[in-house]
Order: sequence, then C-alpha cells, then structure tokens
Amino acid sequence: MATDMTCIICPRGCHLHIDDDLNVTGNSCPRGAAYARQEVTDPRRTLTTTVRCHSELLEVCPVKTIAPIPKGKVFDAMKEVNEVVLVPPVHIGDVVKANIAGAGIDLVATRDIEK
Amino acid sequence: MMENRELVIIGGGSAGMAAAVSAYDQGIRDILILERGPFLGGILNQCIHNGFGLTYFKEELTGPEFLTRFVKQVQERGIAYELNANVTAISKDKQVSYVSQKGAHVIQARAIVMAAGCYERNAGAIGIPGERPAGVITAGQAQLYLNEYGYLVGKKVFILGSGDIGLIMARRMTLEGAKVLGVAEIMPYSNGLNRNIQQCLIDFGIPLYLSHTVSKVIGKGKLEAIEISEVDDKLNVIPGTAERFEVDTLMLSIGLIPNNDLLDKIGVPMSSTRGSKVNEHMETEVEGIFSCGNVLHVHDLVDYVVEEGKVAGLGAAKYLKGELKRHEKLLHTKAGDGIGYVVPAAIDLLNAEDKVQLKFRVRKPRKDVYVEYRLGDKLLKRMLKPAIIPSEMEIISLDKSLLEGEGELTVSLVDKEAK
Repeated sequence: MATDMTCIICPRGCHLHIDDDLNVTGNSCPRGAAYARQEVTDPRRTLTTTVRCHSELLEVCPVKTIAPIPKGKVFDAMKEVNEVVLVPPVHIGDVVKANIAGAGIDLVATRDIEK
Repeated sequence: MMENRELVIIGGGSAGMAAAVSAYDQGIRDILILERGPFLGGILNQCIHNGFGLTYFKEELTGPEFLTRFVKQVQERGIAYELNANVTAISKDKQVSYVSQKGAHVIQARAIVMAAGCYERNAGAIGIPGERPAGVITAGQAQLYLNEYGYLVGKKVFILGSGDIGLIMARRMTLEGAKVLGVAEIMPYSNGLNRNIQQCLIDFGIPLYLSHTVSKVIGKGKLEAIEISEVDDKLNVIPGTAERFEVDTLMLSIGLIPNNDLLDKIGVPMSSTRGSKVNEHMETEVEGIFSCGNVLHVHDLVDYVVEEGKVAGLGAAKYLKGELKRHEKLLHTKAGDGIGYVVPAAIDLLNAEDKVQLKFRVRKPRKDVYVEYRLGDKLLKRMLKPAIIPSEMEIISLDKSLLEGEGELTVSLVDKEAK
C-alpha cells in the first residue's frame, strides 16, 4: 500500500512517499530511500534508555541498542533492560545485555563510568 | 595573590570544550575551563537519545557518546578544568570570580569565552491560570532526574510545548511506563523536528494538540488535573473549548533562554536572541570577551554549537596573539522581512576569514520563499526554499570578497509569487 512518512534518519526529516513497488520519492539522500523500504517491510527503532548502575555520582548508566531492533520488540526490550544492574567501571561499547528481546542485537553502554 | 590565566572558559559543555580545544590547537596553552556541574559535557549528559554528531562526526551518536569524544580531546591536550565551579561574576577587565569546593577565587584572565548554555522557561514565565500544586516541572529537569538519577517524576503526564525536549521526554516517559496523555502546542505548528514528531509521538500514539494551551491547573498540594483549550489566531483561549485530563505531572517544554546574566550584568550589549552581540569571531563588544553556543543563541543541533565554539576559540587565540585588532569600520547585519535574528551582529572584514558564516532563524513557517542577502541595495545572493521553519536554524557561508561595499548586510524573505 502506497504510504507517506517522515524520515527519521537525520534532523532534516524529509517527507517521504513510497508506492506499492517500493519506489521512494521525497528523499534527499539514499539513506531516506532505504529507511522508507525498511519502514514498510520491517520497521525498526534504535532504543536508547538507562540501566541501574550504582556509581558514586549517578544512579543509572545510559545504554543503546547497537543497531535498530524491530519496533514491536521495544517494550519487551524495556522489560529486560529493567532487570540489568551494572557495577562500575563501565565503558562506552560494553555489552550490557546480549541479544536483547531475542532480536539478535546487543544493548551497549553509552557512557564511561569509572567508579 | 591573584591567579592569572591567558584564557578562562565559562562552561564545560560542548561549546566550552570545543572553544578550549580550538584555542589550544592555535597555540594557547594556559587555559582553564570552569564547569558548574559535576561532569564535563553539560546538557549532553542527560541527552541519552541518539541523533547527535551526524554533521560533525558523520555518524549517529547519543549525547554521552558525543560529549565523551570532546572530553577525550580536552584531556589528551592536558587542558585544565575545574568541576563544581560556579562563576558568580566577571568584570570588564576580565576578572572571573567563582566558588568551588576549594573556596572562593578570583582569576585575572586575558581573554574569556562565555559558554554557559541556556536555561528553561518555567511556569512563572507564562502565568498558567489555576492553582500552584507540586507536579508542574520543566521537561529538562524531568530529563535530568530520569536519565542521571533514575527517578520517574510521574505516571500520568501531559506536556505543554512541542519543542524537541518535550517530544523526546514524551517517548522517554512512555518507555519507562508512564502514560503520556498528550502534547499541547499553542502555535498552529510544532517547534520540534519532524522526525521527533514521528518517532516520539506518532510511534506511541500520543496525540499532538496544535493551537491549544493549558488553560487551568487543578490540584491542592499535588497536581490532580489540567484543562487545555483551543486558542484563536491571536493565541487567546477560546471559551467553551476546555478539555480536562487527570494527570499527576504537567511537563513544560516552552522554550530556552540564553544564560547570559554574567555578561548582561556588566553591560555587554545584547541582541534580540538575548545573547550578546558578537562579531564574526564571536567576540562581544567588550574586547577579549567571546560568547558561543546556547548562551549566545539557542541552537537546535549540538554539531553547530561545536562549530561555533571552535570559532570562538580561534577568535580568543587570535586575540591573545594580538592578531585581532579592532577597526572602526564594521559591516552590520540586519534581520529583514520574515527573519527573527541574524548572528553575528557585525563583521570586521579586515579580520574575517575567507568565508563569513551567517546564522539566522525565520519568524514563522513559510513555503516557496526566496532568502535574499543584500549589501545595502545590492543583491548578493538569492536562494529558493520550498519550506523554511523557525525551529531549524539556517546557516550560510558567504565569500568575504562579496561583502566589500557600503550599507548593511540584510537577510530577508521574499515570496516567490512576488517575483
């Protein structure tokens, strides 16, 4: 089904149109076309959130999925996120939870917390 | 004995760190960054979402990842910084007074870069009718509590204002289990990025009420409910349109204001952005005092904050090396029809680099307009914009050679049909 959407790849936010044959118009770059095709076949989002981390100055450590996960698995992922407790030191890129929500994608730390 | 420093940078966020690194790379070694908070990085510490760095690093980073790259650049160069250091005053002859865990200090600087960021407009600024219960909070404050301290401020939330922080917090609160009942925006358009409307509201089925505002706050001691009403084209509430929402939290995302008090207090001339008037090197009208980032004008992308910080750092380095002499003749910029403001306020062509950058915002959304750049009456450049909106800062680089001549440099919008 032909559809209109807003591209979320960059702050520009192009208004995209994709037809039944997956032809994309309205994009300013190739990433927009790829996004539109992905969005109508298998919509995905990068999840950014926090996990518990008992450090001296912070109560939580920010994390992200290393790649976008299926949109429908975001809340399942949050349930798993809420089970994680980190102990410093934590470094950017450390895997906090592998294969989050069975999506085959890892959750990683996005902040260095030494103590 | 008073401590002396070549360069003191007030604020260790993106703008301040970029200014420090840039000044260092121009040969300045005696630099001190004073940061009020417990970490370098400023507001990016709480901006855990992604979308930063696409312009500057050509990859998508979260706020903490972006700031960490700059912290490393600061540390690799051995640039001094002091945390939990609150600057209380500066003087025109560049004495910087601050309080930190070590006590009260005064430093005599030869140059200052002001990079103190901005603060949030709060409930008092817009005078919402009704009671004054607990549970009304600015979106950035709620973001700090949630993303650094792990506190969710409420379970049933309504958001006033559709700026990016409000949109990002709508998603964030929803992910953490709160119910966001809606976002009201007094203007007929959102001031947030299109992609945030999509990925923060539409993705989660959160309604956006355009041309609506909060018309009543209800609650004794603790917030119990709010009413929103439609507004007319003069932004006045239309009687009889009120709709009630039972909520425990009203989150405000109603604008950011440059935190420019330190410069304002000593009479450094301000522009309509509520930041200081600066020249092409981000130098204020007081020689040797520079300003950059959100304390100068509120940016939408940190990538541009960093670029501006680097210009200020370069300017400060040139000033300290005696390469930034003041000249009588300045080219003044002017916000013409449809333009809210232009930064910088003036350009010293004898000091300017080969390319001169202008940044501006339009007053309201327009479609199919020409952006015109004129020197006096002379048309320098005209660019067609299919759509242009206030929430996106426009940036243009003009060749310095174009700017020789008489009159002001005016940016204005002209309808395509009028041509």
